[in-house]
Amino acid sequence: MNAQNQRLPGGGRIDRSHPIEFSFDGRKLAGYRGDTLASALLANGVTLVGRSFKYHRPRGILSAGPEEPNALVTLGSGGRREPNLPATTLELGDGMVVETQNRWPSLAFDVQSLNGLFGPFLSAGFYYKTFMGPTRRAWMFYEHFIRKAAGLGRAGTDPDPARYEVRHAFADVAIIGSGPAGLSAARAAAAAGARVALIEQDFLLGGQLLAERSDGIAAAWLNEVEAELKGLETVTLMKRTSAFGVYDGNVLGLAAQREPLDTRSTGEARQTVTMLRAHSVVFATGAIERPMVFSNNDRPGVMLASAARTYLNRFAVLPGKKIIVAAANDAAWRTAFDLAEAGAEVTVADLRAAPPPALAAEAGRLGVAVRTATRIVDLRGGHAVRRATLSGPGGQSETACDLVCMSGGWSPTVHLTSHLGIKPRYRDDIDGFVPGIFPASWSGAGAMMGAYATADTIEDGHRAGIEAASFCGKSAPVSAPPKLDLGETVTAPLRDVPSAHRGKAFVDFQMDVTTKDIELAHREGYESVEHLKRYTTLGMGTDQGKTSNFAALAAMAGLRGATVPETGTTTFRPPFTPVAIGALAGRATGHHFKPFRRTPMHDWHQANGADMLEVGLWMRPWFYRQSGADVNEAYVAEMRTVRQAAGLMDISTLGKIDVQGPDAAIFLDRVYANGFAKLPVGRARYGVMLRDDGIVFDDGTTTRLAESRFFMTTSTAKAADVLSRLEFLLDTAWPDLRVAVTSVSDEWAAMSIAGPQSRAILAAEFPSLDVSDAALPHMGLLEGEWEGRALRILRLSYSGERAYELYVGATAGAQLWNRLLEAGDPFGLKPYGVEALGALRVEKGHVAGPEIDGRTTLDDLGLGRIAGKRSGFVGDVLRRRPALLAPARERLVGLECIEDGKRLRGGAILFLPGEKAHGHGRGRVTSVTFSPERGHYVGLALLAGDMAAEGNEVVAVYPMKAETVRARIVAPVFLDPQGERLHG
Amino acid sequence: MLRIECPCCGPRDHDEFRYGGDASVTRPAHDDPDPEAWYAYVYVRKNPAGLHREFWQHVIGCRQWLVVERDTRNHVISSVAFARTSQA
Ligand SMILES: [Zn+2]
Repeated sequence: MNAQNQRLPGGGRIDRSHPIEFSFDGRKLAGYRGDTLASALLANGVTLVGRSFKYHRPRGILSAGPEEPNALVTLGSGGRREPNLPATTLELGDGMVVETQNRWPSLAFDVQSLNGLFGPFLSAGFYYKTFMGPTRRAWMFYEHFIRKAAGLGRAGTDPDPARYEVRHAFADVAIIGSGPAGLSAARAAAAAGARVALIEQDFLLGGQLLAERSDGIAAAWLNEVEAELKGLETVTLMKRTSAFGVYDGNVLGLAAQREPLDTRSTGEARQTVTMLRAHSVVFATGAIERPMVFSNNDRPGVMLASAARTYLNRFAVLPGKKIIVAAANDAAWRTAFDLAEAGAEVTVADLRAAPPPALAAEAGRLGVAVRTATRIVDLRGGHAVRRATLSGPGGQSETACDLVCMSGGWSPTVHLTSHLGIKPRYRDDIDGFVPGIFPASWSGAGAMMGAYATADTIEDGHRAGIEAASFCGKSAPVSAPPKLDLGETVTAPLRDVPSAHRGKAFVDFQMDVTTKDIELAHREGYESVEHLKRYTTLGMGTDQGKTSNFAALAAMAGLRGATVPETGTTTFRPPFTPVAIGALAGRATGHHFKPFRRTPMHDWHQANGADMLEVGLWMRPWFYRQSGADVNEAYVAEMRTVRQAAGLMDISTLGKIDVQGPDAAIFLDRVYANGFAKLPVGRARYGVMLRDDGIVFDDGTTTRLAESRFFMTTSTAKAADVLSRLEFLLDTAWPDLRVAVTSVSDEWAAMSIAGPQSRAILAAEFPSLDVSDAALPHMGLLEGEWEGRALRILRLSYSGERAYELYVGATAGAQLWNRLLEAGDPFGLKPYGVEALGALRVEKGHVAGPEIDGRTTLDDLGLGRIAGKRSGFVGDVLRRRPALLAPARERLVGLECIEDGKRLRGGAILFLPGEKAHGHGRGRVTSVTFSPERGHYVGLALLAGDMAAEGNEVVAVYPMKAETVRARIVAPVFLDPQGERLHG
Repeated sequence: MLRIECPCCGPRDHDEFRYGGDASVTRPAHDDPDPEAWYAYVYVRKNPAGLHREFWQHVIGCRQWLVVERDTRNHVISSVAFARTSQA
């Protein structure tokens, strides 16, 4: 095992009593609890951790936080494999298996880095031009190679066995970020009386304070405030939780990681997404340090200055021995001082000609060499930086080094505040963007608002916490926060002006965008920020360009001779940090992807060989194995049973609506295209509803139970829409009508018994009920009791046979179903499924969902007669628009297959005989079935009215199976056109 | 996520609601035979950048149809009321 050679003997926020072993590309390494993967790698002297996206350049660790563009790794294996995780936020866990990405055959020797090969393809605009321009065809050819060469980690292909959760939570005040500003805000808001959720992506609270010495005054302050917050029941500390999105209504999307323990053994969720609804939000998201842009600035061993300080003070890792700190402001000097104190040989190269004398004095005391008005212009070294070329007043010189720390200033982390469209605002004094104007329920605090000195951020957080609590009506008196003055001096950075570079000077490390790419975009006219972004792919990586955005803006501003605010800023969208799809799904996967609705007879179907079919959310019997070996055999057999004896069908899925009130008949008269006012009590009627635009909405049967009470059924699919529509009309259009509508869909089990033996079976099962044709004629209603439960029998037919619908209380559904099958057994009664149901109605020529498809009118469907001369119903006026009456409109016809051994298929396109089968054709087949009555396939179709004359031939083309079949147009009724079997 | 303060049930996520379109248009009387009136009601919309009166139904809740005033520019909801103003 590799010793942790770079680890200092003491200090840091790591638990040295708890060593952790992990595997990195097969190498066994060790770290401590409290390490991130990045800090453990650095402790082991590992600086090369990845290859870049396009050029396969060696990359190291740039940052110590979620902004990391380079050090992306793949964690785990098999279904648990997760790619593109920043090593800088990955909490080290026992037995972690980590692989580097985007290298072949190995990280140290990567074939594609010999990449003069691919360079020309991959310059700026490559993707843009390839996808949008005349070279699109070439993409087809090159894609295969490019995809292999360019990319990040690969996702696993096995199902992920880990558990994920989605939960919902509420708070008065949500505070995002637990640096000094967030902690101070949490303390104040809680003291004021608010319920507080403090959200921190790290596994420790403290934010930038964690970069301070672990035994100093910053640590003391942090301990004091953290202890205070932990003691409060009204404060929820949400560590390891990344706020990835801010949504309307102050809803925050939060993704929480488990502690790195093996969730396989505990069964706990690996990640949890929380949708947090807060009355007010405090953004204390801090700031991200900007890299500097110079030649070969992407070499392993180049690090943000604040990150180096974090590795030193938090993780007790000295990441270099001979260090150059490239500064443009005062903050980077503190890194130089701490590194020098830890024993490194440090040179500060400050862009500024005259840094504050106090800093120079301290540098002198610590033996830190200082070069002013000096910048780094180039680096040498492949897998690790070896020498730096510095350019200053005395010309250029080379200096040996093993670590370069850089600080081009700070960019407030405004991403989350931009998610709802609030444009960031440029501030001259800090040369950076801060958020625009907030809504009243939001506050910002600390570095994200441009306040960089710790003492100021604490004050700012305190104010924001009080403000946020007060917005929630909580304003108990709050004591002043403990003071912490780290003595930082804050100055605006001197902006680094990128100029001609010897080698590649990277702006966006993850997407491999260089200054040359930005120059090219400018030359080709892609000057607006949004164009620049799409043209160069800048900021489009998994890091959303957190470290690159400002440098790109500055570069473009320089090229255009404009200011940064004139150049603009891009729009930030969720997620701030990547979220695993599994976490968003939570438990809603596989069987739980959506709810299943089961009828009261579901268990019987399952136990008796039904193949089930998903119909919307419902599970319905498709066909029964007892009827045939496959669906085609079974449905024909089930049709024969219905036509020759009797069949029993579960129709509990129908929508059922109770319509009551003195004006119920008037109401139904308006919502149906056909009249209901004159329907006698005890009788049912088929009805069709239109939409306001005159298109058919739904059909069903409504029965008059009493003078002012009706029982409506709707199609299975439209049950919810119909109820909502009826409620809409009553609430908004006709509030004067005294009517109430109530869904009773789940209260009634329903079954249909159809076939010539059906009456005999009912007579056998219900000896006390008179089911004679006189007592229960076609479209009649019989109400009674069965086993002490309400029972309704409606004599309705969908199949064309004598048939009855039976409605009984849902809990008695299975019992009645069983009893009917027993009673019907001597008569040949058998269950049938939806395939046979659909086939029977096609044979009878009834329209259903495939014909009532949201585009057809009553006339299209041959139902114009039911409206007759009526008016005043929904859709009446617009159904008579000229376009809907055009003779060439597609209308319903019947089709008969006239080629032996061939079949019709739903969805086939209709053409004239001899016509080229191209385009949308003259119409389409909507529903088909094999007709045992006719001995061949029959179907319903929508066909252009001017060619729909009965007797004509058409050709039905089904390109998916390369089938062409001839068919004859017939009337859309294939069985018993006189309707005699209804009474048979 | 919009949060709609149902006058019956309190503040709820928009997942519980069904959107019902523009509430500023006037529905013609059920027996109004004028095609222009129906055309305007069904098809003509102002689509404002700003305050928009719209119908929402609290389907997973009290099932009341509501009139919500929402600013289309920032989704801020300024009022919610029952759509049914006159009771029969
Ligand atoms: Zn409600």
